[in-house]
Amino acid sequence: MRLVSRLCAGGPASITRLSDGLDITRQAVTKHLRVMQNSGLVRSARHGRERIWELDPRRLEDVRHYLDLISKQWDSALVRLRGLLED
Amino acid sequence: MTTDRIEKQIFLRAPRQRVWRALVDSKEFGTWFGVKFAGPFTPGARVRGTVVGTAVDAGIAKLQKQYAGVPFEITVDRIEPERLLSFRWHPNAVEPGVDYTREPTTLIVFTLEDVTGGVLLTVTESGFDQIPLERRAQAFEANDQGWSMVIQLIDKYLAKAA
Repeated sequence: MRLVSRLCAGGPASITRLSDGLDITRQAVTKHLRVMQNSGLVRSARHGRERIWELDPRRLEDVRHYLDLISKQWDSALVRLRGLLED
Repeated sequence: MTTDRIEKQIFLRAPRQRVWRALVDSKEFGTWFGVKFAGPFTPGARVRGTVVGTAVDAGIAKLQKQYAGVPFEITVDRIEPERLLSFRWHPNAVEPGVDYTREPTTLIVFTLEDVTGGVLLTVTESGFDQIPLERRAQAFEANDQGWSMVIQLIDKYLAKAA
């Protein structure tokens, strides 16, 4: 979780910077990042000898709005129900 | 703010019996919801159906047309006459050719309550935190809102992945 906070607050960063001060190993940090990468939450790119990680905002925002979408679907379904009952 | 649950309330100016019928009768439910069900709702039953346009609103029916024919399935949970109906489904399972059967479901609960002049209907849908992030992300276009809810979501996700 602190990884995400770091990526939010500090922007793109290398594994070294992301692991700095955390009580987990770099391998564990890498593992977390891979998991998040597979879900499209973060992305990485090679810069010279280092891999730089950053949040993938497009995908995260998609997730953020999932409930909004479902919520709107319910709104419209319930308005249809009212239409049926009150006609 | 929860990421797991949606709650909706609507006041319906109709007798409780009438509201109940619009929910528990799979044919009536399908009319406003936009799904044609193959059988009745009974506790524990898996009821298959297909998405059709709703008969209530022509504009929405047109929107739903793009999903017409998509299979739809619910598993009825509880039926407590004129008080509560609940079932499970795969939320937003509208992509043709995608097999949702192995994915977690959400629980939908309708409850009825008498209020002056009609019925207060409450709908909750919960269990979204179990839905794969990929599935949730696929559902929309990008937007420009804040991060707090996303962070909460990722937190839960990572707690499980660890």
